[in-house]
Amino acid sequence: MRKLSEIKKSFLASIWFMFLTFPIMVIRVNPIEKVVEWRWRNMVFVGVGSFILSFVWRYMIRQKESGLKKNRADDRHKTPFIQRVREERRLFIPLIAVLSVLGVSFPFIFSAYQVNIMTTALMYVVLGLGLNIVVGLAGLLDLGYVAFYAVGAYTYGLLNHHFGLGFWAVLPAGAFMGALFGILLGFPVLRLRGDYLAIVTLGFGEIIRLVLENWNDFSFGPSGIANIDRPSFFGAQLSLQNATVYIYFLMIAIALFTVFVVNRLQNSRIGRAWVALREDEIACEAMGIDKTKTKLSAFALGATWAGMMGVLFAAKTTFINPASFTFLESAIILSIVVLGGMGSITGVIIGAFVLILLPEYLRAFSEYRMLLFGAILVIMMVFRPQGIISNVRRTYKFAGINISGEQSK
Amino acid sequence: MEYFIQLFLGGLTRGSIYALIALGYTMVYGIIELINFAHGEIYTIGAFTALITASVLTLYGFNEISILILASLVAVIYSSAYGFTIEKIAYKPLRHAPRLSPLISAIGMSVFLQNYVLLAQTSDFLPFPGLVPEFQFMKKYEHIFSSTELMIFLTTSVVMIILTLVIKFTKIGKAMRATAQDRKMAMLVGVDVNRIVSITFIIGSALAAIGGVLIASHIGQINFYIGFIAGIKAFTAAVLGGIGSIPGAVLGGFILGWTESFATGYVSSDYEDVFAFALLVLILIFRPAGILGKSKAQKV
Repeated sequence: MRKLSEIKKSFLASIWFMFLTFPIMVIRVNPIEKVVEWRWRNMVFVGVGSFILSFVWRYMIRQKESGLKKNRADDRHKTPFIQRVREERRLFIPLIAVLSVLGVSFPFIFSAYQVNIMTTALMYVVLGLGLNIVVGLAGLLDLGYVAFYAVGAYTYGLLNHHFGLGFWAVLPAGAFMGALFGILLGFPVLRLRGDYLAIVTLGFGEIIRLVLENWNDFSFGPSGIANIDRPSFFGAQLSLQNATVYIYFLMIAIALFTVFVVNRLQNSRIGRAWVALREDEIACEAMGIDKTKTKLSAFALGATWAGMMGVLFAAKTTFINPASFTFLESAIILSIVVLGGMGSITGVIIGAFVLILLPEYLRAFSEYRMLLFGAILVIMMVFRPQGIISNVRRTYKFAGINISGEQSK
Repeated sequence: MEYFIQLFLGGLTRGSIYALIALGYTMVYGIIELINFAHGEIYTIGAFTALITASVLTLYGFNEISILILASLVAVIYSSAYGFTIEKIAYKPLRHAPRLSPLISAIGMSVFLQNYVLLAQTSDFLPFPGLVPEFQFMKKYEHIFSSTELMIFLTTSVVMIILTLVIKFTKIGKAMRATAQDRKMAMLVGVDVNRIVSITFIIGSALAAIGGVLIASHIGQINFYIGFIAGIKAFTAAVLGGIGSIPGAVLGGFILGWTESFATGYVSSDYEDVFAFALLVLILIFRPAGILGKSKAQKV
């Protein structure tokens, strides 16, 4: 009997979605030529798709509910897979070796096009790790992250255009400008709660983009800045082919550097302060953590990476305009962090590779990229809010006290 | 002086649309404390549904008035259906999750719906038919206040009055106010909270659809992105007036409308959107509770 009612439920869901998507999916009008196109095939897709998906949906909701109960019962004794890999040297060292061999040989095996895609993926790794500081560790939902990316890109673009400064000179300047804007934005929004913060940062991101678009004398408006210099190799200009490979290795170095720094930050005093702030602001203040300083440092350090990546982006594409820095870009970076697992470095790296490489290699999907990203945000939040790889809380084990009163080690 | 009046009236129509959309934000926030990011997309869907219905009906030779009424009706029904479904899929399973989760889910929903409209329809601007007829008695004032603008102002006023009456005097309105005040307590006295949340989403979406149809026939073109900017501006209006407060949303809508109208008229039209965002940032910094909102002390 239960099966029948399940089928009935799915059937109703499918009818509902067919009704819901009818005008937008089935009818397409051309108001200029006054032609109406009926696409009944789409309706069949929606009907069949929602029929099947509603089974999956209900199954997953049930899984999640029973999972919650089970979790409470045995109090999470399993260590997650990644954590186990990291702890076992036998697995960890060969894995790192294979990855580094792959990473080094990649540009010599594959074409320049592939190398370019890989470089982009690595850039998103760094951007994701930067946003991870703000969203994942400090729990401040920043929807205007792309603004800092734009600041970095325009710092390089303008300094290069007006003063001919090179990539290496501007890279720290870009990072600094990112941090500066992070603090500038951070100051006014310190008092705001989570959801207001999200909107203000979104507004800030849009303001930066609109100013870049409209202030023609300063930023050259929508037409952007072209012919930006690629990074030089100890003063020598490289050919296009070599520059691609060069930027790729540069990006690997920066990504490793980022992972190193973020990892160290996470376990530092300030990293723990961020996590504490995310969990409970009031308790945090009571423990003597300076809320202002901690929040500002999260904004500044997160924005630093975006500023650096902006410089690299400008150097890689040699052309920037405001259209590259829309809200959707922020949404992509946010989906990387959410998919990977907020607060988890390994998670963000995997998330970036999955979300950037998958649409590139599955060409049929690339059109549906943003649709997919939106769906990922919703589905991850509903079914697995901790992301693919959940962040392992730092735990301190208490070894216990001997009966004699001596403290055991 | 005439320029001033023109800007004033322009701000008034603009503001009443913002107010209409802001009401949806404020009502949802009042009840489940969630910024419904996808609200702007509901408005896009309302405008698109109206455009599609109107085009199909024109093809079948309906007359103007019946097209106006039917298209608006279909838009309202569909937007409400979308609002209802979005709540069930993206927000209901997250009722007890940490605050950040439903917000991220809402952003995902917004991105998803935007691209759904983009892929299923088109990325170009579509011309939107002027559904509102030209009134004869408005001929004299055409250059400062068009019939469409008059219609927008009248419709929004009527809708807001009806909404106020519904919330003040009906049983559902009472239940909504009770849920907004204290959800647990409302449940204890027998209010079906899930139903109230659904109804709130339906009403909010219907208002957004009306706003969508009106503004689309005023501006004369739509694309998949209109809802996003309008949504943020309406949110600004809601925050300006004090989120959660219904008169606040209306007041905020008008203030935002005038700010934009006068700023674009007297300063520069390039930065139209910047003014709205700057106002939002300023308000949140100096008076986060809004004009009519009360700042609550945080409970520990």
